[in-house]
Amino acid sequence: MSEAKIIKDAICSFCGCLCDDINVEVDEGRVQRVRHACRLGSSKILGHGRIEHPMVRKDGRLVEASFQEAYDRSAQILLRANKPLLYGWASTSCEAAKKGILLAEEVGAVIDSTATVCHGPSVIGIEEKGLPGATLGQVKNRADTIVFWGCNPVEAHPRHSLRYSSNSVGRFTPQGREGRKIVVVDVRETRTARNADKFIRVNPGGDYEVISALRMLVKGKGDLLPQEVGGVLKADLAELADMLKAARFGALFFGLGITHSRGRYKNIDNALSLVAELNQHSKFVILPMRGHYNVGGIGQTLAWSSGYPMSVDLTRGKPYFNPGETSACDLLARRDVDAALIIAADAASNFPRSTVEALADIPVIQIDPYENPTTLLSDVVIPCAIAGVEVEGTAYRMDGLSLRLRKLVDSCLPSDEEILMGILGSVHRQRQMMANQGV
Amino acid sequence: MIIKGGIVYDPANGIFGEEMDLFVDKGRMVEQAKGEEIDAHGLLVMPGGVDAHSHIAGKKVNTGRIMRPDDSRLGTEPRTGTCRPSTGYTVPNCYAIGYRYARMGYTTAFEAATPILEARHTHEELEEIPIIDKGALTLFGNNWQVMECIRNNDMDMLAAYMAWGLRSARGYGVKIVNPGGGEAWGFGGNVKGLDDPVPNFDVTPAEIIRGLAQANEMLRLPHSIHLHLNNLGKPGNYNTAIETLDLLKDIRPGRMRQVVHITHMQFSAYGGSSWRDFESKAPVIADYFNSHHHATMDMGQLLFGSATTMTADAPLEYGNARLTHNKWSNHDIELEESSGVVPMVYSRKMLVNAVQWAVGLELALLVADPWKILMTTDHPNGSPFVNYPEVISLLISKPKRDAEMALMHDQVQNRTSLSGIERELDWTDIVIMTRAAPARILGLQDKGHLGPGADADITIYNLMPEELDASQNHDLVKKALACAKYTIKGGAVVSKDGQILSTPPGRTFWVDAAVPQDDADRLMPELEEKFAKYYSVQLSNYAVQDAYLPHAQVIRAGLSVESLKEVA
Amino acid sequence: MLATMISGRTLAQGAECEDKMNPDFFKAVALCHLSEKDFQSLGLSEGENVLLRNEHGQVALRAKADSGLPENMVFLPMGPWANILVGKDTGGCGTPHFKGVQVEVTATDMPVLDIRELFLNMGV
Repeated sequence: MSEAKIIKDAICSFCGCLCDDINVEVDEGRVQRVRHACRLGSSKILGHGRIEHPMVRKDGRLVEASFQEAYDRSAQILLRANKPLLYGWASTSCEAAKKGILLAEEVGAVIDSTATVCHGPSVIGIEEKGLPGATLGQVKNRADTIVFWGCNPVEAHPRHSLRYSSNSVGRFTPQGREGRKIVVVDVRETRTARNADKFIRVNPGGDYEVISALRMLVKGKGDLLPQEVGGVLKADLAELADMLKAARFGALFFGLGITHSRGRYKNIDNALSLVAELNQHSKFVILPMRGHYNVGGIGQTLAWSSGYPMSVDLTRGKPYFNPGETSACDLLARRDVDAALIIAADAASNFPRSTVEALADIPVIQIDPYENPTTLLSDVVIPCAIAGVEVEGTAYRMDGLSLRLRKLVDSCLPSDEEILMGILGSVHRQRQMMANQGV
Repeated sequence: MIIKGGIVYDPANGIFGEEMDLFVDKGRMVEQAKGEEIDAHGLLVMPGGVDAHSHIAGKKVNTGRIMRPDDSRLGTEPRTGTCRPSTGYTVPNCYAIGYRYARMGYTTAFEAATPILEARHTHEELEEIPIIDKGALTLFGNNWQVMECIRNNDMDMLAAYMAWGLRSARGYGVKIVNPGGGEAWGFGGNVKGLDDPVPNFDVTPAEIIRGLAQANEMLRLPHSIHLHLNNLGKPGNYNTAIETLDLLKDIRPGRMRQVVHITHMQFSAYGGSSWRDFESKAPVIADYFNSHHHATMDMGQLLFGSATTMTADAPLEYGNARLTHNKWSNHDIELEESSGVVPMVYSRKMLVNAVQWAVGLELALLVADPWKILMTTDHPNGSPFVNYPEVISLLISKPKRDAEMALMHDQVQNRTSLSGIERELDWTDIVIMTRAAPARILGLQDKGHLGPGADADITIYNLMPEELDASQNHDLVKKALACAKYTIKGGAVVSKDGQILSTPPGRTFWVDAAVPQDDADRLMPELEEKFAKYYSVQLSNYAVQDAYLPHAQVIRAGLSVESLKEVA
Repeated sequence: MLATMISGRTLAQGAECEDKMNPDFFKAVALCHLSEKDFQSLGLSEGENVLLRNEHGQVALRAKADSGLPENMVFLPMGPWANILVGKDTGGCGTPHFKGVQVEVTATDMPVLDIRELFLNMGV
């Protein structure tokens, strides 16, 4: 039996901040107390109600099953399908991702991550323009000007400001918040905006024009601009452009405000261009505020395995990538996939309703610690141990830095990696049986 | 295993094209053995290729992939019973890297540059590369702790930090890129020369280079410092090369090898004062190497077509992006380094590119001793490594060089001396430059040769060196080198006539250097302070854990190193 | 009233998003924030509901005033309620249009469906 202990420097597996200074008090095999984490991380590490055993749907109802039965049924579903989708991945480790990619190759599936409903447009923008970025510690140590565009870290990345941005203190930024100018650009005044030095309100869908106007101002072509662009006064834009050009080190953090709104990847393309152009005047970097703690990791793993970071179609054995065609939402909307494995994501909650209706019509395998709407649609449900709490594994922070998640407590449940290996094993066996039978 | 009747080139052991049998047992070369027989009669046989400088794993490589789906579309090969899918040309996926090196007869490749903070990522990717043995060089040239130790003239602490950094990164050797410039780039600047002080740190690039070289020799690391020069890519930069080389003349190596390895020298052998009067200064560089013996280099050959430039020389990459109006990725790494990635296309009709192409070849042809210069393309900066056969065919064939030059911008004749060079490298030269010398320069004792005890990494090419006029039949040479008849890795046939037969995992070499406990103890408070105040991660989460190197091969250095061994 | 709908993260939504079947998630997410002015002009009081409707669907949510919102804009915490109003079209880029969707907003006494009710009619 374990005794009470404090685990230091645990890594929070919730958001893209991947804070690694969490202290966790563990006693009697359970997490008792969490220190330094924000509300989101504490909530995660302290834990919620869990799915306790695997289930398979029989006569319309989910009934308890063994792990092997769940693996076999999953393998059967995937083998029977012509074009299965393996979706999610953002809240599990890279070790699991590697097995998922193997599984996708084995059964001929499309593998996609939550990036497609999140920062997928950023990926597309990066494919057009590249990403002039840096690690978060560069921002902490050097940034005197920070812009949050279409993101609300106070609510989505609560410790970002203290650890990495507005309120951080570093070698060349000993004054912390006092020595910085913080600007928030958004369609509404968020809690982050209230803590800023300047809040610029943009019309919904107006970000592209506003970015273009800033680019023109940065290039000295401001006299061509009208008095108002996208709901923002030219005078305010001119002031902002001057501030950005005068920065010693500027950082632009952006979020779903511009990946989800009108223009989508074009907004990001434009923002990347703005930052590249600002580098002619000042040192400037741009970073996407990745939401989930390892959406970066599935992107990295997919990229080194297949050449592409998301939406990879492996149905013909050769990686094929075409967002808009091979992305999860489009595949479902076109009813082009006939089975789905949803892991470490809740597609039923986070996809458009009509896309979810398509998901409901096909066999679904869910691998998740928690019951959620996807469970309601699933034909096989497999509970897993939680990476960062019960399983070690690798995760990539929003700036691309990887860390090794610690194991804090034991669990009887298998890890995602083990589950995927179980399904892979069953796939091999069933294939072998079919070959023996001359099928 | 017995390889029968091959024409063996093993220059490290004094064998220059002798017909002989080779014997393999338990993955090593032995004097005698039984077993599977491979008929290599009359065929060219040499050790497996060793690539001492290639960008094959880590953040910037993956950034290259992510930002270039256009490149990933090329070279797509489906999954087979033995192989995972392959994609990419200049930025291949991990599996393609392993398979393509193996097909070409290469069995070892080293990742050129890894920041300590992101070494975990490098090892994740290295572990995914099948077949070949590998290692990764660790970046030190823009590191805050390094610069502070040098400013304080505390060589003992510098050595302790280097050992600690190599261990944390599971790195093989000390890489230095545009020293000082990477830190200056943290605020958008650069350094202009060896004596240009680094803003905020009160050291010069010259001091950084000398300090790291001295500490490298104190630790008796297997490899020397591996240096990407300041002012890379700029017209007139050959002066920086000569000055830097002179800077290190007096340093004594701690092992029987060079004191400095200059990488991709082609990019640093330029004359002229602008792109207009841009010209080759390869003859000057070659003269220097012919009359000095403390340095080695690799070519960094540029070939026409597509490339992806990726380097820790971030200001250079920004310059590339502005010059070509191309997409640009930048990544500065707190307290340690900077880097950039920019796609490029090199064209015969662009005079500058044509001269660059000539410079790499001039260097290789004008340096008399092939042990001093390695054949590389700084993959994928100069060209993807799959094009090594093209480089070799240029080196062995004057007619081919002439034919190529005829297709180029006509001014190239006036800017380089290449057309006047008659020399054609022979097989001994080639085997030295692609096998024996990289192994010796890196300090890999069991690689690059076929003497007893060496790793049984052997390549058999489908050409007959005693019958073939390589110079006239350069196209056959190129074809044969692109697709080895047999690639044998650790005694197992991994590739046959271009088909991958097996994909055993390779080993990752890294260096564990011991230092006096006092120095290590003095270092820790400094590091603890840096982590408490400046890094964005905790010290306890920083170093690469064992889990990332399931196939590690540790080389010891520092205090506990064995006495100097004659390198075969 | 016509409004632009934005859906996104909130602290409360994030804290409960791994516990979706429980009442706290419902309380945190089945909400529609409106500007003070819009709240008044629809004649709403604390605890009352609004009905949001567009070509993709309709959903009743508890109304809340939020001083940071401009007029004619509603903010919904991300989740299955908000996604009723989001179409499946991705414009060829893979990502649906989660923010900036046009909706019609009216006061209502329709109840807010709980999470299981939302998925009741989806064929399994």
